[in-house]
Amino acid sequence: MSATAKATVTTPVRGAAVRFDHVQKSYDGVTLVVKDLNLDIAPGEFVTMLGPSGSGKTTCLMMLAGFEPATHGEIYLNDKPINNVPPRKRGIGMVFQNYALFPHMSVAENLAFPLEIRKLGKSERDAKVKRALDMVELGAFGNRRPAQLSGGQQQRVAVARALVFDPDLVLMDEPLGALDKQLREQMQYEIKHIHESLGVSVVYVTHDQTEALTMSDRVAVFQDGVIQQLSPPDALYESPQNSFVAQFIGENNKLSGKVTSVNGDRCTITLDEGTVLQAEAVNIDGVGSRSTISLRPERIELEPALDRDNIVEGKVLEVLYLGDHLRIVMSVAGNNEFIVKVPNGGRLTTPVEGEVYKLGWSAVDAKALDPVT
Amino acid sequence: MSASTTPVSPNTVSRSDSTPLTQDGQPLKRSLAKALRREKLRALMLISPLLIFIIVSFVLPIGDMLFRSVENNIVRDTLPGTVRALSDWDPTVDELPDESVYAALADDLMLAQEVKIHTRLGSRLNYDQPGISSVFRKSGRAIKRLDNEAAMAALVALEPAWNTPQAWATLRDMKAWPAQFPATAQSYRNWMAWLKSEEGDDVDPTQLVPHGFTYAALVHDLQKMPAAKIESFVTSTNTDAAALFTNLAGNIADLPNDDFKAQFAKIDKGWVQADNWQAIKRLSPSITDSYFLASIDTERTAEGITQKPENERIYLRLFVRTIFLSMVITCSCILLGYPVAYLLANLSVRASNMVLILVLLPFWTSLLVRTSAWKVLLQQQGVINDLLVWARVIDEAGRLVMINNMTGTIIAMTHILLPFMILPLYSVMKTIAPSYMRAAKSMGASDSLAFWRVYFPNTVPGIGAGSILVFILSIGYYITPELVGGTSGVFISNRIAYHISSSLNWGLAAALGSILLLLVLALYWTYDRIVGIDNVKLG
Repeated sequence: MSATAKATVTTPVRGAAVRFDHVQKSYDGVTLVVKDLNLDIAPGEFVTMLGPSGSGKTTCLMMLAGFEPATHGEIYLNDKPINNVPPRKRGIGMVFQNYALFPHMSVAENLAFPLEIRKLGKSERDAKVKRALDMVELGAFGNRRPAQLSGGQQQRVAVARALVFDPDLVLMDEPLGALDKQLREQMQYEIKHIHESLGVSVVYVTHDQTEALTMSDRVAVFQDGVIQQLSPPDALYESPQNSFVAQFIGENNKLSGKVTSVNGDRCTITLDEGTVLQAEAVNIDGVGSRSTISLRPERIELEPALDRDNIVEGKVLEVLYLGDHLRIVMSVAGNNEFIVKVPNGGRLTTPVEGEVYKLGWSAVDAKALDPVT
Repeated sequence: MSASTTPVSPNTVSRSDSTPLTQDGQPLKRSLAKALRREKLRALMLISPLLIFIIVSFVLPIGDMLFRSVENNIVRDTLPGTVRALSDWDPTVDELPDESVYAALADDLMLAQEVKIHTRLGSRLNYDQPGISSVFRKSGRAIKRLDNEAAMAALVALEPAWNTPQAWATLRDMKAWPAQFPATAQSYRNWMAWLKSEEGDDVDPTQLVPHGFTYAALVHDLQKMPAAKIESFVTSTNTDAAALFTNLAGNIADLPNDDFKAQFAKIDKGWVQADNWQAIKRLSPSITDSYFLASIDTERTAEGITQKPENERIYLRLFVRTIFLSMVITCSCILLGYPVAYLLANLSVRASNMVLILVLLPFWTSLLVRTSAWKVLLQQQGVINDLLVWARVIDEAGRLVMINNMTGTIIAMTHILLPFMILPLYSVMKTIAPSYMRAAKSMGASDSLAFWRVYFPNTVPGIGAGSILVFILSIGYYITPELVGGTSGVFISNRIAYHISSSLNWGLAAALGSILLLLVLALYWTYDRIVGIDNVKLG
């Protein structure tokens, strides 16, 4: 919530509050696509729904927009239930996956469309269209047809159109999916800046974790219709609540074993091939239960100088030179996909393939989570 | 490249700038064309079977058919001598042509009835001059009984040598033949053809003298010749020819000749009516506009091109009706097809496949069966009328007339052409992402506003494609209007079919077809100008 607090300081908040209250959704009456969703979005907050395809995130967005009815539960917009409010009366701006720019209208006409519906006068309309186009730096493109714009430009027009009628809430459904990597990164910053300067609430759906981490105040990680974790981006990475989140966000080494002792927030885990490791107890059932340790590759030290909580030996299988760091694939405690990232500090000695090296890491960096089969 | 090699005049530099060269100095364009030629040839070879098939089975026959709308060689071919003799006759003075024309007519008809083409000519002339075909039929039968001995007898009386084949050989060898003896030469050719048809190849025409018609033609030629000309034959070095003409010179003007005019007048009064001759004269050129004039209910009379009398005008009305009904059918196809296409595009894949099969089902049934089914449904004792009577919407006396009129044509053809509207519409609607409507609604548009402002404009290319298809198909439709159209619901194509297969007036059929083709092209052009043909999408 700290990020939200920061946003409230910098800009006057005009965003809307959204609340999902025990929302469930089923298309076929047999399986639940969204299982008991509870989510509070503060005014002006940028919340991302992140998850693999089929995890229910887009369905949640469509329910919020009003294109899909909730099977059970209630959605509140500014504390008013909106289940029976048609989409056109919700006043929510929306950016669609493929932009949905009207091909038969010019860019300016596309932007003027929501204003015409709101029966704004021509001069006012033109002023707003111009302002919105200037905001996305497309002031000179008003007369073009969407087909005459590049993907990035179309994307900006879509954002401008979603914002031109000053909605309090903007929904974005994988808006950057069709762009190439460089453009995508650029657009991430632009959207973030627009959000910061306007203070609207944004609900953003993506399956790209980088996008989610870069832009959001909070990220809701979806899987199987359930929010697995709802945290600010740093917490999501630093302290995943379960193995799914740990795996889905960033790179992650898995070491499976049995909990042999628990001491406060520390525990020892005996791996299947015998190695005993110290870890932080995050999500375990107690002594004797199975658990998977999640360990970020960059937190592992090769040939540690200091005494570490955990010291194991590993055999180098493959070394990849990636410029800013070395990526080493090792065989550690029976795991042949153990990744170690060594930052390129300048005086790097490249490990030799086939040799055995010592590896060390702190217990706080090893999170003992629910077991992965 | 060349600019950097040697100091060149500014002219050369600018030229080399505009035409880039390859490494070996060839113009780039030519090298490219050369490189692409092989591929182009191969592509051409790939399509050549279809191309040849289309040219042979489609373009050439249609071209030939269309050419028939102006082609008119029949008069010239059947009555060559008459057409030539008529060239001196002025049709505007309302006088009958002179005796030489009748002589040529007798001569031409003699051959024509021998090879049995005179009735065909009669039918052709009858299109423009009603009643003339019976004149030709009668004359064909009577022509052999014509008295044609007078000219021959007169000539032989003056110079017995005229009764010998040698005289004719001498005549044919003269320098003045055939230029000075046009009628005789034509008649001689006719006679040879007649002889060949009558006697076969066994007889040698050079061993015979021609029949009396040719002597009559000779007398006409001689009488039209200046006396000095005949004098020059007599005094020429060609002694054979001189011998033939010596006794004739001076007696030419008084030579008796066969009176074919009177004889033709006796065969049929038609031959002494100036309008018949005017028609023959009018139609003697090998290219005619008479079919096209007839196609738009006009005719060429003494006063020029005039409209036919009210009760004889049919084609313009038929054209207007065809276009009007085609438009009505196109509109009803849009109205009925649009919702179906929308349903198809928005149903689940399984359901839409099912509906698509229903849409395509009519294609699997014979056109005749479908049309006949409408007969069963729509007739006065038919299913629909029975239902309405049963439901007491109408009473027995008030049974609706829905078949054998315009209504029948519209209903049956809308049904038959509906798939041609639905399919392009469907394929266009399929490409319209549902997010457009959602986007419009998220911006505050009501359902109907989102439809009219966003969805509908994007389906216009489909409507255009479907309309062009349906309209062009219906404007040339034949079977259905023929079966269910009665008299008030038939199209111009039914009239074309009638002229092709019943009246055998192919020229008129071709002219009507050409006009129909032009109409379609004009509409296509208009559509291109207004909507733009790039705006037509079939998917």
